[in-house]
Amino acid sequence: MSTAAAVLSNTQIERSPRHTATVYLKEAKYEFLKNLRLRVYTASVISFPLMFYVLFGLVLNAKESIGNTHVPTYLIATYGTFGVMGASLFGTASGLAADRGLGWLQVKRASPMPPFAYFAAKVILSMIFSAIVVSLLLVLGISFGGVRMPLAEMAKLLGTLVAGSLPFSAMGLAIGYFVGPNSAPAAINLIYLPMSFCSGLWVPYTFLPRFVRQIALGLPPYHLSQLALGTVGAGATQSIAIHWEVLLAFTLICLGIARIGFQRDQGKLYG
Amino acid sequence: MIATLEATQNLQRASFGTVVASLEAVSKNYDEVRALRSVNFTVRAGEVVALLGPNGAGKTTAVKLLLGLMQPNSGNARVFGGDPTNPQNRMRTGAMLQVGKVPETLRVWEHIDLFSSYYPKPMPLADVLAAAGLEKLGDRKFGDLSGGQRQRTLFALAICGNPDLLFLDEPTVGLDVEARRALWEEIRRLVERGKTVLLTTHYLEEADALADRIAVINQGEIIAEGTPAEIKAQTSGKRIRCITSLSLASLFQLPGVTDARQDREAVEIHAREAEPVVRALLTRDPSLSGLEITSAGLEEAFLALTQDNGEKASRNN
Repeated sequence: MSTAAAVLSNTQIERSPRHTATVYLKEAKYEFLKNLRLRVYTASVISFPLMFYVLFGLVLNAKESIGNTHVPTYLIATYGTFGVMGASLFGTASGLAADRGLGWLQVKRASPMPPFAYFAAKVILSMIFSAIVVSLLLVLGISFGGVRMPLAEMAKLLGTLVAGSLPFSAMGLAIGYFVGPNSAPAAINLIYLPMSFCSGLWVPYTFLPRFVRQIALGLPPYHLSQLALGTVGAGATQSIAIHWEVLLAFTLICLGIARIGFQRDQGKLYG
Repeated sequence: MIATLEATQNLQRASFGTVVASLEAVSKNYDEVRALRSVNFTVRAGEVVALLGPNGAGKTTAVKLLLGLMQPNSGNARVFGGDPTNPQNRMRTGAMLQVGKVPETLRVWEHIDLFSSYYPKPMPLADVLAAAGLEKLGDRKFGDLSGGQRQRTLFALAICGNPDLLFLDEPTVGLDVEARRALWEEIRRLVERGKTVLLTTHYLEEADALADRIAVINQGEIIAEGTPAEIKAQTSGKRIRCITSLSLASLFQLPGVTDARQDREAVEIHAREAEPVVRALLTRDPSLSGLEITSAGLEEAFLALTQDNGEKASRNN
């Protein structure tokens, strides 16, 4: 065995930083293409927030205001949060659950793919789709809802929501490690939809019953939506720092859970 | 490209016979099930080894241990003398595994492009497509491929990185005869280029057609190992059919009997040699009738070998 090791050590291969960057880029590119062509994903992730927005923000309440904020502007922040959450949860959890449960992840793990590239690709995908959803909401609001905001404010809203994709991507990874491939969409919806409602993404927070408002304080989408509303001058009274802190803590917890799942998989057989 | 190919071949010629993958006293359990029991097994550079056994014998487990996809409960799995999970070792191996679902919206060439990017010196795309017989299917989405074309795409992903060592887990399962033979040809071409191949199969014919060496695995144990000719010699035997009043249990006690089963009114006995069994049968049961002796087919004899082993194991449990 010692001679074998000697012969083989001559052939050690290192991947250059440039090569590593190429791998990450391709992984992300194909993750994006894969989902873009997946009608279930694009339809549910992009069209639902847009449909809700058109119905409740443009057709029904376009002339109303919530507090001092014009409804079409307000709802870009809340349906934007809703869209970001959907893009991130479905972008990570359902793909991961399917890849894990049906053997594809094993093929990738057996290859020299850097494991982190796989997760990074899913997070990048979630951020890209989040940006697409929020941008489309802005376009709709500006074109048909009389939404007017300075470019800097628009960039801030978009940036906040896209950054807000991270906690939900982390949550999606945690879910993806603990649900089966077939039950993943149902499990995601079971978390996604009630959480959205209780966080005031469908019915504005101030109109929610008191006990639901109390639940909302513990839910990450509430905090992201408040940050987004803050950028258009419609935030609640809490300080901005608290919202970021809650989201950060939530992200770390989810990553911790995902890590447990990741390590558990290393020693287990699937498929 | 030609230069690198030659370099690889020279390297392999120089190190021919070096152990490139091994299981050393490896045991692996899934909860109550003992998938592998203290298995010792080696693959040497430049050879094609077939791990032959029925479903559930532990073939896939052996491959997954060698790929570092799971850890043994005891013993060591080594690849290129080191840890199979080492990324540098993975850059020199390619794997074709049994997969339930592959992303269906990506095109064949896109899958290959991505997997090629993982490796330091991948084969050109056109060469990969040609080697896997996918020249006309590069633009096809995976979801639009037939079963055989899907297998060939998975094969393409295994070879695209131009690896020195290939693991092929049941590469031809679900393929029709023609597609199976085409894949055999492709595997043979890889071997001509100096690659080392470990393949698992439950077809003796496949192992015979491709392998330099066969290890027969059943119930988590390697029960026979040798060249295809040696294995065939071990597994060939006779089939004895007769109507007898002797019990199945007593038939198992006869010399050289590997299997015995009731088949309608008669019993069917598999044995390494017919004469000692027939002699004993006639002595013990004077009323025996309808005696027929035939040579067992290869597949059948192999089945008898593994089933016999399995029954003994389950009786011992």
